[in-house]
Amino acid sequence: MSTNVARVLVCLEEVGAEYEVVNIDFQAKEHKSAEHLARNPFGQIPAFQDGDVVLFESRAISKYIIRKYKSAGEAADLLREGDLREAAMVDVWTEVEAHQYNPALSPVVYECLIYPAMRGVPTNQKVVDESLEKLRKVLDVYEARLSKHTYLAGDSVSFADLNHFPFTFYFMATPHASLFDSYPHVKAWWERLVARPSMKKLGATMAAAAAGIKQA
Amino acid sequence: MAPLKLYGMPLSPNVVRVATVLNEKGLDFEIIPVDLTTGAHKQPDFLALNPFGQIPALVDGDEVLYESRAINRYIATKYASSGAALLPATPSAKLEVWLEVESHHFYPNASPLVFQLVFRPLFGGAPDPVVVDKHAHELAKVLDVYEAHLAQNKYLAGDQFTLADANHASYLLYLTKTPKAGLVNDRPHVKAWWEDIAARPAFQKTAAALPLPPPPSA
Repeated sequence: MSTNVARVLVCLEEVGAEYEVVNIDFQAKEHKSAEHLARNPFGQIPAFQDGDVVLFESRAISKYIIRKYKSAGEAADLLREGDLREAAMVDVWTEVEAHQYNPALSPVVYECLIYPAMRGVPTNQKVVDESLEKLRKVLDVYEARLSKHTYLAGDSVSFADLNHFPFTFYFMATPHASLFDSYPHVKAWWERLVARPSMKKLGATMAAAAAGIKQA
Repeated sequence: MAPLKLYGMPLSPNVVRVATVLNEKGLDFEIIPVDLTTGAHKQPDFLALNPFGQIPALVDGDEVLYESRAINRYIATKYASSGAALLPATPSAKLEVWLEVESHHFYPNASPLVFQLVFRPLFGGAPDPVVVDKHAHELAKVLDVYEAHLAQNKYLAGDQFTLADANHASYLLYLTKTPKAGLVNDRPHVKAWWEDIAARPAFQKTAAALPLPPPPSA
């Protein structure tokens, strides 16, 4: 399952929204069809529709969903928009996920899982090693942060934490998962996240999808 | 009110991204130099501001922030009633989409292009033609999408200039000073949008403050 689709699904699950997933057939180049380009002019997934509202970019879609379901209890606080400082912290760590964490971690996922499974391409160990080196430095910062706060933006879970789920979930299926053992607060944070019902449910779907791809 | 402190090199496009918004808001700020060429960004006193060791960082009283887009949203929110309104009163999904488009489509291509074509020569190096060609090719496809969108929308989020447009300004400024300016100028709606941004008094102030070397004599 696409990591960016999973990013949105986590938010949908967290707010308890009713939704359906409509498959886009990449093999049949459906993502480049006129119909899909009308939803996402970059020809990517996810795209999203809620009545007349059509959106793309997974983080923008996720924010729309969180704001729409604002009154739904804990979901109200995922963006912390009622408090300037807390909202700023959510934004900072959401940007950190996008521009520091993901660029270091995702190449390992691509090289160890996605390229071999989907393109039959062997792992480029040089890329993996360079990425792991970058990731260690990023995790040093996360370890310091999570030694002081239960979650990235403060003491309760936020959009910033949720954004880390999809790629980290797949990272844990690579041979390098044990890297997190060197960062006890990061590891504990991750374990808190994946204990959430939304992530248990999605994790099961993602693992099944991955198993399906390997067999194909 | 004490001026806000923007830490970084005045020419850095990510620093200029923040200066753009500070000026749109009419806020008093000073740029505190962090000299990347001496490794100042990896020293403990800067790491105390941004543990990832990158510029910019912003200090506003007790608030310390990093990541230029997070800084910009904070400024636009806190100082909503000051200067230009960069965020609408009720959140706009379309604005969020185009903020993300800048971050994930425009910037990943504009940034290496500007680095190769503007900054490498500034530091005595030469652009890498392979990197330039790759990112120019990708940015052309991205800007085709912008061209179609701006044919239907005056600004990225609709009728009004917003944070989504402001976040593009620094890289557009640099890009249009390079041999790849055609990426912008050959697309009529993208060009008109850029010229509109460039004509804004606040942006003219931002651009004028850049310590750019004079262009080479013809």
